[in-house]
Amino acid sequence: MNSEKKDSRLHENKIKYIYGIADNSLILGQRLGELTGHGPTLETDIALTNISLDLFGQVRSYFQYAAQISEKEVTEDDLAFLRTEREYLNVLLVEQPNTDFAYTIGRQFLFDHFHILLMMHLQNSKDDTLVAIAKKSIKEVNYHKRFSSDWIKRLGDGTEESKEKMQTAINDLWRFTDELFHTTEADEEMIKAGVGVDVKTLKETYYKNVSEVLEEATLEIPDLKYFQKGGKDGIHTEHMGFILSDMQYMQRTYPGMKW
Amino acid sequence: MVEEKVHINKELEPILREVPDPEIPVLSIIDLGVVREARLEGKKASVKITPTYSGCPAMDVIGDDIVTALTNAGYQAKVDLILAPAWSTDWITEKGRKALEDYGIAPPMDASADKKALLGEEKLVKCPQCGSKNTHLVSQFGSTACKALFKCDDCQEPFDYFKCLI
Repeated sequence: MNSEKKDSRLHENKIKYIYGIADNSLILGQRLGELTGHGPTLETDIALTNISLDLFGQVRSYFQYAAQISEKEVTEDDLAFLRTEREYLNVLLVEQPNTDFAYTIGRQFLFDHFHILLMMHLQNSKDDTLVAIAKKSIKEVNYHKRFSSDWIKRLGDGTEESKEKMQTAINDLWRFTDELFHTTEADEEMIKAGVGVDVKTLKETYYKNVSEVLEEATLEIPDLKYFQKGGKDGIHTEHMGFILSDMQYMQRTYPGMKW
Repeated sequence: MVEEKVHINKELEPILREVPDPEIPVLSIIDLGVVREARLEGKKASVKITPTYSGCPAMDVIGDDIVTALTNAGYQAKVDLILAPAWSTDWITEKGRKALEDYGIAPPMDASADKKALLGEEKLVKCPQCGSKNTHLVSQFGSTACKALFKCDDCQEPFDYFKCLI
């Protein structure tokens, strides 16, 4: 392979790698945004939508960067709103529906503990922009993690009903956790280039941290042998199409419209 | 306190000082610590600002307000958003902290005190209305991304606490 071709492939992989990180925040942010005005109480409504806002802010930084290094003429909005389902590389966990407060918190908790580890390690990337975004995000994600972990304990170690609901949500969402630590071809290329984080190495710490909180919450740690995957390769659950039809409606109906 | 060298042109500083934070109008963007650089070459002013929180919707407004203020003062202004180094509540000046408190927002404490307060372990946040520390956390997230909601158990007033971010 000549060097120019190799460069261009590295480049494409970097953009894919950025999608892999940013799409998680985008889709989770969209899910949390659905709760605007619909949260169970005013405080939790504000908290969840604040988290959504943080995630969207981070997404903008990633997409501005991806648009800037892209060889095509694209904007951050094109990347957020005009890709097709298969082109979104988020994990299945973040696209799971809000269902009830236990699911919303469970999903957030399982993601936050991964997110914080990823950001901590992304700070050592050879890519300066990704380092800057990670250093900015880590401060925000720490708050998210604290919020979701507190609620896990409160609901788990709460009433009989809250415990049962929280346990059901964790049991149900657990099958999506293993995928967080899978790597795609683009990921592997970026790890080799010193840009990406090898998420495989975060798995042990993740399950240890998550288990500690679950134990404190007097919840049982699910024992699963089989896990779901696919999102990182663009193969999503049936929920994804519905999220996108809602999220992309404006740009698809009125192409190029601005706020 | 983190020592940060920030170059702000002396001629531009008074103009930038007049630009308020749109959410907290008593606080100048200089005292908020979001202006990271202001350089002047002839009549060309270039300003670099950094967001408090990634998703802070005030940043676009602040950028526009800076351009307006500098244009009105006869400069050609350009504003860039930078991410690194990431903003810290340590960059809020003493004057800024005072302005926050006078306005009814409890200023950020140091990181370890902040953690204890936000975890509800200790009563440390001082009510900006009556000065009592007999306060409790209502919500870790408040009216904007940068604030938490507290309530004073003495004067019963709810108030915002500017979360520590370091």
